[in-house]
Amino acid sequence: MSEMNGMSDTTIISETEIPEPVAITAELIAEHGLSDDEYKHLLEIIGREPSSTELGIFSVMWSEHCSYKSSRYHLKKLPVDGPQVIQGPGENAGVVDLGDGQAAIFKMESHNHPSYIEPFQGAATGVGGIMRDVFTMGARPVANLNALRFGAPDHPKTSHLVNGVVAGIAAYGNCMGVPTVGGETNFDKRYDQNILVNAMCIGLADTDKIFYSAAKGVGLPVVYVGSKTGRDGIHGATMASAEFDEQTDEKRPTVQVGDPFAEKLLLEACLELMSSDAIIAIQDMGAAGLTSSSVEMADKGGVGFTMNLDHVPQRETGMTAYEMMLSESQERMLMVLKPGSEASAKAIFDKWDLDFAVVGKTTDTGRLIVHHNGVVEANLPVATLADSAPEYQRPFVKTPKPNFVAPSDVPATDDVLATLKTLMSGPHLCSRRWIYEQYDHMVMGDTVQRPGGDAAVVRVHGTNKGLAAATDVTPRYCYADPYEGGKQAVVETWRNLTAVGASPLAITNCLNFGNPTREEIMGQFVGCLEGMGDACRALDYPIVSGNVSLYNETNGIGIPPTPAIGGIGLIDDISTQATVALQNEGDVLIVIGETTGHVGQSLYQELQSGDFNGAPPAVDLELERRHGDMVRSLIVDERLQAVHDTSDGGLLVAVAEMCLAGKIGVQLDDISGIVPAGSFWFGEDQARYVISVEPSDSEALLADFVNKGIPAYQIGITSGKEISIDGHGSLPLEQLSAEFEAYLPNLLA
Amino acid sequence: MRSSVIVFPASNCDRDASVALEQITGSKPSMIWHAESSVPETDLIVLPGGFSFGDYLRSGAMAAQSPIMKDVIAKAKAGVPVLGICNGFQVLVESELLPGALMRNRDIKFLCKDVQLKVERGDTIFTSKYNQGEIITIPIAHHDGNYFASDETLKELEGEGRVAFRYVDRDGAATSEANPNGSLNNIAGIYNKDMKVLGLMPHPERLISQELGGTDGLGLFESLVEALA
Amino acid sequence: MVSVLKSEAIYSYSFYQRLKKDTKMKARITVTLKTGVLDPQGKAIEHALEGLGFAGVDEVRQGKLIELDLNDTDKDAAMTRVTEMCEKLLANTVIENYSIELE
Repeated sequence: MSEMNGMSDTTIISETEIPEPVAITAELIAEHGLSDDEYKHLLEIIGREPSSTELGIFSVMWSEHCSYKSSRYHLKKLPVDGPQVIQGPGENAGVVDLGDGQAAIFKMESHNHPSYIEPFQGAATGVGGIMRDVFTMGARPVANLNALRFGAPDHPKTSHLVNGVVAGIAAYGNCMGVPTVGGETNFDKRYDQNILVNAMCIGLADTDKIFYSAAKGVGLPVVYVGSKTGRDGIHGATMASAEFDEQTDEKRPTVQVGDPFAEKLLLEACLELMSSDAIIAIQDMGAAGLTSSSVEMADKGGVGFTMNLDHVPQRETGMTAYEMMLSESQERMLMVLKPGSEASAKAIFDKWDLDFAVVGKTTDTGRLIVHHNGVVEANLPVATLADSAPEYQRPFVKTPKPNFVAPSDVPATDDVLATLKTLMSGPHLCSRRWIYEQYDHMVMGDTVQRPGGDAAVVRVHGTNKGLAAATDVTPRYCYADPYEGGKQAVVETWRNLTAVGASPLAITNCLNFGNPTREEIMGQFVGCLEGMGDACRALDYPIVSGNVSLYNETNGIGIPPTPAIGGIGLIDDISTQATVALQNEGDVLIVIGETTGHVGQSLYQELQSGDFNGAPPAVDLELERRHGDMVRSLIVDERLQAVHDTSDGGLLVAVAEMCLAGKIGVQLDDISGIVPAGSFWFGEDQARYVISVEPSDSEALLADFVNKGIPAYQIGITSGKEISIDGHGSLPLEQLSAEFEAYLPNLLA
Repeated sequence: MRSSVIVFPASNCDRDASVALEQITGSKPSMIWHAESSVPETDLIVLPGGFSFGDYLRSGAMAAQSPIMKDVIAKAKAGVPVLGICNGFQVLVESELLPGALMRNRDIKFLCKDVQLKVERGDTIFTSKYNQGEIITIPIAHHDGNYFASDETLKELEGEGRVAFRYVDRDGAATSEANPNGSLNNIAGIYNKDMKVLGLMPHPERLISQELGGTDGLGLFESLVEALA
Repeated sequence: MVSVLKSEAIYSYSFYQRLKKDTKMKARITVTLKTGVLDPQGKAIEHALEGLGFAGVDEVRQGKLIELDLNDTDKDAAMTRVTEMCEKLLANTVIENYSIELE
């Protein structure tokens, strides 16, 4: 016991000591979010009545957030393997191989509810949390993205929420010095009461320097680093428990406040320590803080943890063990170090002005033992605690298949270009510049494709390789047909990566749904996952990380199913990357894939008939793969001048976006044939790309497509400063651009 | 040419500055931690962009009090060239090596985008590779770039030709629309009296290759190489 | 089985420091922008108040309030020290005024 210094740990505590039980009431159990059956299960596991701290630990470990109890059964069916996968789901983030000894580590996570309550801090801490998940594993974050859903543009709270969320994301990411390079934003009245803030982070690490959370080894120091612990985020309901009645005068914040400065220091300190070999295991203290980090690290390492909370750095006085174990204070990490490395590790954290405290050690008892003020507050079996979380196969009803809507079933526009202007100057398709200009998207000096294109591209620092990333989902498709919508979400990221010339590698996801105890919501969940799984399998595009956010529902009104997908891909040589911007006048514009005028669930349908209905476009995975692989190989061979995937708003919107980006107009032929012009130009058929090519190569290219059995049609020539369609007039780009850019600033000012 | 980059807690363009300096000067700069008491013998000191001390209290205020700044100020006064980019410019005004103050942007928001700058003079160690009046594109990325100074200070700056760069439109006019943050006289960067200390809000180190979208930032570093190497 | 927690006891220090500290005085420093200096945040607040229907609001200026505990016992000495803090760090006298209250 030579390491004892006698200052505060002279008490010798028995490992078999049992904590004082709390006076259990039905109310207390309910306040901890446990059902009666779950509580009975708890009693069976520990064989006695729990202490208040133990009850808190169980409530956190068995929460939907930590245990995935409603979703786990279905998540297990998703494809998670592939030769490129170094680490699939189950760690802080997923890891894929980039070759040359480097790996991308990435994940997406939701921070929906906190962002609705306090948009700035909610979004900021969401960004902070996802970056910690990435650098915990040894990666330097190199790109942030996000997927945001807000309510109707004219809802009285929308402007406040958008302003707050965007400013919060900006404040955190910008201070961290990590570029926010991409993402997506939707407006839909069904998010009025439940906005979605999903943040994604991608980091770069050396494959031989990836850190995991398994605390293997006995007698090793357990170390707490980062900011101090306060009473942040301890759930309101549990705060009402009898234990805290005397302290009700002190109103406690349930919203966590982010400190990006502390996190920037934590990032640099962790990476500095990681360059040595001191760390055996490391885990971010995210949601459920010290509880889930200690249980997960101990469980994965097959060891016990004995911790003395007296040593936990505390920001407030009089904190109880219950509060410290449940606190969600930000910018903290738990590490297990090699014995003897404490002093050198501490020196690094001292340099960065961060707390560093040995709070416990690993044991061979297999138990999580928590001491505080000389008393055992919790003594629980780790493996049982980690593995015994309930798993539900909740009943579900499949969403009925919607009817097909024929191209002629929507009231036709009599002015295609006026319709184009209306669509592109509205909430769904207008420029997102107001948002992304608030994010530092260039810091780190590697952003080679800025926001606004199909996918963002950051150079792999010091190389010619590029990492492409995009986030996508079309919730209205998922609502109408969860299976097709689930497929489409995966495929759209794959297409966006392909359109810049990247080989798609893998995805992360944020599965945002309503209340899973409602059978139709569970049906949406199951349907979307089946679609996602099939798409991932067909495209060899596995899921390596993600999170599930359920109960996004207010007064019985759930959000549309929103499985946001974040995909990443690799470009071998960034000098060959493609962009959406037209490059030269006189190039030939070609559309790849069949245009049938699919109007069901299209933006055009909503504009013309007032609502979305019917079946969304079907996704043919085989066609997607064939078309995408061909487009990518042409980009790599540098035969394409500009490339854009065709999605929301259809063909003409894709063309117009290429014109705006390149500031070059087009002369389009009217090739709609028997399809009504509006349905042709704005239908949302899948598996399509628009490409522009040099005129000298266009015939050869078209022939190449024919040889591969891929439909490809010349639709026009780039020229001038307006979009004109044979027989439909013309629209000056300057006018379109002004309205395209004006919508968000006007809405959000 | 020997250069030194000062690293404050939560500097975050220190690596970017270092990459640019190495690319253009051919040698790696020394990275100097803010807690050090002196900068080693050097031809150029760079205060990089970022959020030193989280931008808490006022941008640059706490970094200006860092131990290393005593020596930076002494060396600047002895004629060692100092370049402050973005947060570095904020540190320079807070440490009074440059006059004025950088306040919250006119529209309150952080703003990251390319802007056009007019090079006010082409005869300083920072601008010899540009022509006087040349219009260049350089990105900005800041929340507090709204340059403010008293009337006398402004008069002095203008009168002594100490405005380095101005926000302009494509035709070179310093209009209100071309002014991204509300800076007085559209000021994007200024010199000290002996023209050896330059502070500017835009980030020249971000546009130094075609892959990144342009090369207009190269001239500033190439000018320094010409003057100091 | 009996075991003992290893302790580095790093964190007991701040606790003892707190005990030792016998706070005598509180300083409250108000930092405001000088007249004539444009205050974009004040303007935004004014605009937002108007939007909420509060008519007749003018000249909104946003400042900062900084509170700190001092272990000085002499008020004059404390005032001298806090003034120095303001001049050196807490206020930027190019654009800001400050006032100090001690209690």
